[in-house]
Amino acid sequence: MEILTNEVKITGVKINYFFYCKRQLWFFTHHINMESNSIDVEIGKEVHEEYFNRNKKEIAIDEIIAVDFVDNNGIIHETKKGKKLDRGDKYQILYYIYYLQNKGVKNSKAVVHFPLYNKKEELELQDNDIRVLKNAFKEITEIEKSDKPIEVQKMSKCNRCSYYELCFS
Amino acid sequence: MKRNYYITKNCELKRKDNTIYLEYNDGRKPIPINDIESIYLFGEITLNTKAINFLCQNGITVHFFNYYGFYTGSLYPKETLLSGYLIVNQVQNYLDLDKRLTISKELIRTASHNILKNVKYYKKRIDELTDKVYRIEKEAENIENAKSISELMGCEGRIRSIYYSTFDEIMGSKFEFKTRVMNPPDNEMNALISFGNSLCYTAVLSEIYRTQLNPTISYLHEPGERRFSLALDISEVFKPILTDRVLFKLVNEKIIDKNDFDETLNFCYLKEDGRRKFIKEFDDKLATTINYPPLNRKVSYRTLIRLECYKLVKHILGISQYKGLKMWW
Repeated sequence: MEILTNEVKITGVKINYFFYCKRQLWFFTHHINMESNSIDVEIGKEVHEEYFNRNKKEIAIDEIIAVDFVDNNGIIHETKKGKKLDRGDKYQILYYIYYLQNKGVKNSKAVVHFPLYNKKEELELQDNDIRVLKNAFKEITEIEKSDKPIEVQKMSKCNRCSYYELCFS
Repeated sequence: MKRNYYITKNCELKRKDNTIYLEYNDGRKPIPINDIESIYLFGEITLNTKAINFLCQNGITVHFFNYYGFYTGSLYPKETLLSGYLIVNQVQNYLDLDKRLTISKELIRTASHNILKNVKYYKKRIDELTDKVYRIEKEAENIENAKSISELMGCEGRIRSIYYSTFDEIMGSKFEFKTRVMNPPDNEMNALISFGNSLCYTAVLSEIYRTQLNPTISYLHEPGERRFSLALDISEVFKPILTDRVLFKLVNEKIIDKNDFDETLNFCYLKEDGRRKFIKEFDDKLATTINYPPLNRKVSYRTLIRLECYKLVKHILGISQYKGLKMWW
């Protein structure tokens, strides 16, 4: 499988960061991680632990992806503390589906739960998504190998980012 | 925001379930683990491995002070934020003298800017300081020409000694100071400076722990010599901002007086009450917020220390040049 033989390991989090912010991805792939300072991340972890505690949780596969849990039908279940998926979250989960399909799991799809908003959303992998993902693999590898991150660009989402203080100090 | 806990009374520090308890002779006090930033132990405190393990698991640094209030060491939990890439670059910036000088010069430039800011503030009221401001400014010019770390350190030493010579004037000779003496301090003022600087050092160390920086690899001070020397480096920037300003207030507003020192030991040590007053002012200072334009937010003085670490990280990685925190307020 192509993504496994890649010299740069593409993990789910990297996919997420790639779509969220390429500067953050560079920091993350160089192990400058800011999330331990983030209250949002702490809340996310609590939500995660609070729900579905009867099911087996956090299944790590090949140290590449970590899904919240997979049910008997091979469907991936994820929990999110917010009320919708951003592009990074969406592709992170689509990548899980892609990864499992490549491992031979048939009919895999994902259900995302938003327990704080009492709703859920289903995700299926389309051909177009595969093209987007494959392109991301290539770019992630390049970002990881480069010796500097891209220049800082102020965007509205920066204010909520756990890397904000690092980028703008 | 998490808080620093300063424990000055004798007690037992225990873990019960997932909470830390302070057990005194006459009762106990719980402290929620998620509320702790760092712990400072001043009294005679008993703690067992169960408590130590629990604190370490939660990444809480514990700073120890002896009977006389001297800093003796820290419990520095296992590093969880590790970046081999950053450490390699941190070392590389040390090995290359030009790179090492670049960082060291900016540290001293920033420290002397902050020192001058303090003296100039009092110059408005005290004419005698005009000459000393001039002398510090003159000495600071040598920073740029320094070709070696020892030259730079010499320059820093001279600035500091002129600076300390202003203390008697700034604080109206309430306590006589003369010259800076450490280990052990020889009078009240030296005792206050030593105590304040150790609080500053530990505050910086706690913040370094929250970053990927390795605390033993430093630039101005020699790395890893007895201490976490990167904390000494960064402290240079913050001593005038934190320690000295707190000190001026404590003395000038007569919050601390002769009775706060242990007379039997030549006034060289702060008594428990004196320490408590100092700690209170210092901690209030750390929690005070100011508007920080680059972030377009209000940040606490403690966050300013963290931001200083981030700027160093970016400099070390070649992302952006380190510019020290020069007081503008």
